[in-house]
Order: sequence, then C-alpha cells, then structure tokens
Amino acid sequence: MKPKLNLAVYWGAACGGCCVSVLDVHEKLFTIVEHANLVFWPIALDTKYKDVEQMPDGFIDLTLYNGAVRNSENEHLAKLLRKKSKILVAYGSCAHMGGIPGLANLFNKEEIFKRVYFESESTINPDQVLPQPHYKVSEGELEIPEFYNDVRTLAQVVDVDYYLPGCPPQTERLVEVFLAIVNGEQLPPKGSVIGAKDKTQCDECKRKKSDNKLVKEFKRPWQIKDDGETCFLEQGVICCGPATRSGCGVRCVEGNAPCRGCYGPPPEVADPGAKMLSAIATMIDSNDPNEIQKAIDTVVDPVGTFYRYSIPFSILRRKLL
Amino acid sequence: MENKVNEKIFKPKIVGFLCNWCSYTGADLAGTSRMKYDESIRVVRVMCSGRVDPTFVLKAFKEGADGVLICGCHPRDCHYHEGNYKCLRRYHLLKKYIIQMGIEPDRLRLEWISASEGAEFAKLVNEFTQKIAELGPSKVKQNIETFS
Ligand code: SF4
Ligand code: SF4
Ligand code: SF4
Ligand code: FES
Repeated sequence: MKPKLNLAVYWGAACGGCCVSVLDVHEKLFTIVEHANLVFWPIALDTKYKDVEQMPDGFIDLTLYNGAVRNSENEHLAKLLRKKSKILVAYGSCAHMGGIPGLANLFNKEEIFKRVYFESESTINPDQVLPQPHYKVSEGELEIPEFYNDVRTLAQVVDVDYYLPGCPPQTERLVEVFLAIVNGEQLPPKGSVIGAKDKTQCDECKRKKSDNKLVKEFKRPWQIKDDGETCFLEQGVICCGPATRSGCGVRCVEGNAPCRGCYGPPPEVADPGAKMLSAIATMIDSNDPNEIQKAIDTVVDPVGTFYRYSIPFSILRRKLL
Repeated sequence: MENKVNEKIFKPKIVGFLCNWCSYTGADLAGTSRMKYDESIRVVRVMCSGRVDPTFVLKAFKEGADGVLICGCHPRDCHYHEGNYKCLRRYHLLKKYIIQMGIEPDRLRLEWISASEGAEFAKLVNEFTQKIAELGPSKVKQNIETFS
C-alpha cells in the first residue's frame, strides 16, 4: 500500500466557507482519509500551531490555504505552512485574489477601525478602546495579531504552487485534484490554476445569446423580470461571465443569478475587472458623450461589481492612500 | 517652501496612446513642422483608439505614469468606423473606476486629433502637462510598491 499523504487545511482571513466546502466532500471524506492523514485543520481538529512548528520542513505533502492575508497571524501561518509543505495551494477566491475581504482595500486601517470600533450601529465603546497587539495585565502580557493596512493574496506573501479558484471552490473539483495527486498523475506546471477550465463562463452557459448586446442602461437583477432563458447581459443586467474562468458549472446563472466572477480571470487576462469594464462599456448603445455618461451612471459601483473578488490581485491592488 | 522646490523639479511623465490613422499622423505633423511641445509625453502608437484596453491605462499608471492621454480620430472619422466610440464608452467607465480607486480623474484624458491637427496636438500636450504638473506626481506606483 502506498504511504498516506499528509494533508493540511488552513484558514487565513476567511469566512469559513472554504473549509465547509472541504467538509462537503461528504462520504468522499472516507476516500480522502483512506489516502491521507489530516495533520492540521483548525475547523475540525485540535492541532496547535506549535505542533505544526515542530513538524520537519516539507512534512506536509499538500496544504490547502484558504483566506486572504490580512493580519500578522495569517502571514505567520502562511510562511510556516509554506516551509512545512511540499505543495501549497491557494484555495478559494480569498487566497487566490483577495476575495471578499479584499474589498477592504478600498479603505485603510484607521478608517476600518473607526467604523468598526466607534461608529457601527451595534457598537458601544464609550472609552474608545481599540485593539492593541500587546496589552499588559496582572497575569502577564496578552498578544493579539496585528491588523495590517492592506489585504493581500497568498501569493503576495509566499510562493504558491497552485491556485484552486472559487468562492468557495466546487467540492467536486477539489476531489478531482486530490485524487490526481494521490494517483501520482503528472501535475500541471507550477503556478497553474487547477480545478477550473481555460474557457469563460459564457462558453459553458446555456442561456440564449445573440449578437445584439447593445443597451441604453444597466439594471440591477431585481429590476428585470428574468425570463430564465436569455443571457443576462442582453437583459441589461451585468453578468461577469465574459471575464470569468469556467469550472463551477456556471452555478450562479444556473440558479438564475448573474455571475460575479469568483473563479477569476481566464488565462492571459491580467486584470479581471478591466476586461469586464471593457466588455460592459462597449455594450452602451450610444455615441453621444452625455448619453454614455447617463448609461454609466447606472453602473452604480464599478469596483464592487467588476472587482468583487479581486481588488488585491488587480493591477492597482488598493485604493490610493 | 519645500513644495515650491518640488514643483520646480517635478517633470510629469505622460503616456500617450495615439491611433495610427489620425492622431499619430497629427503628432507626426507637429514634429515635422517643428512645433514645440513638452517632452513629458511618451507616445505609444496603437492601430485605433478602440484598441486601448483599459488594462493598458492601468498598467501605465502602475509603471509610474503621472498622466495618460488617449487620442483618436474625430467622431465619424475612425478608420474602423466604431473604434473611437468604443474608446469613448470605455473611457467614461474607466474614469468612474479610477475615481473610486482614489486617482484624480484629470490624470486621464481623451481627445480627438485629426491628421492635420499638428498644432492642436502640440497645444493639447502642453495643456495636459501643465494640468498634471499642478496635480503633482501620481502616487499609484509608490502605493503598489509599499503594499504590504
Ligand atoms: S473564498 Fe469565499 S468561501 Fe472561501 S473563505 Fe473566501 S469568502 Fe469564504
Ligand atoms: S454573460 Fe452571463 S448569462 Fe450571458 S452567456 Fe455569459 S455567463 Fe451566461
Ligand atoms: S457563476 Fe461566477 S460567481 Fe457563480 S460560482 Fe461560478 S464563477 Fe463564481
Ligand atoms: S483609427 Fe483612429 S480612432 Fe479608430
């Protein structure tokens, strides 16, 4: 019998959804534990950081790191797991492109703290207490991770072997990738996106498309009576299918919601949002600057729409400070 | 005081995307007619303003451009019929995006320059350079480099 793989799953700045997508293998978990020892997985196991620190370098065969890098703890674990792992996979949109936490790059640390600890409707903080990385109490010094100014992708912090995209990734894709590693299949070149395809969502989408995508204005999904059959763009609703890699099975459109781009850009697209922005602008049915501006007024939030999962990964990475 | 000194030494770097058929020829005319215009501009010739992918503009800012100027044929004159209109639509949306990202909108400009408008091109470059000089250096590159 082949020796078992050592497998680790870790969450950085994550929502937990990626770890749940691993749990979603359901009965295939038996297949996984048949081939692998789960050596570190905070959502499910009580392994401590110091246990990981004591592992020899390269002890872990495969680490799935989900979540972005937002604080010193995320960074420390990213570096530690890099050292301890033969293959490090950026798992999910947050690790791959910054994801939803990456939207915080529209603000800086001070703005976020002010909002969260002073202003938010659910906060009562008369003493204006802010988190301190180090705090002395009679029992000794307490330490919490330092909150960074920027949210970064995993690859902006450590060397990454593969990217498995999605918010969260389709569980089936994970199982495929895992079995390929177990079976010793030839792995793609380092730096590849795995568990996804090279086409766009539109290539796989079953909705009816014509050549006419011209519109006078853009609508929010709730403003149309979706016929369930026609391409969202042709109904005037922004769908990120044209600038998004396929692999999820167009699951949002199948569920009658437009694609928001969580699988990231297709190959050769450097900046997913710029590509989308270009596609959307070209659809405007006017050559008159004023009319064009009017149509653009209906694209309420370009950053949040075209870069929902990818601000840290994008060319500009964050709002100017 | 210190600001004044900086203002004097600040030489804006401007990237200009010029379409081959009108604007580049216009710029060429300015050159062959020995019209003086600011040396701030680095010209990139593209076949059509419709070829200017928003990615080009963002990359220019990333590489340290203080301003980006796009020039194409006048409405109805595009060699490829629709290219300049596509550019116009992208330009408006791109502006909205860069504003959200904290970049001053005046750092990006689109103008139509025909093959015979050498003088207009020279004037445009000077005006735009002046505007960028007033805005000061772009912080985009530094912002990306200090990203941590
Ligand atoms: S990629 Fe999505 S599901 Fe995974 S941690 Fe980030 S937000 Fe959650
Ligand atoms: S834009 Fe959206 S709805 Fe239209 S074909 Fe592409 S994925 Fe399908
Ligand atoms: S349809 Fe788009 S947003 Fe939905 S899961 Fe697929 S890539 Fe992500
Ligand atoms: S050829 Fe000049 S703008 Fe299209």
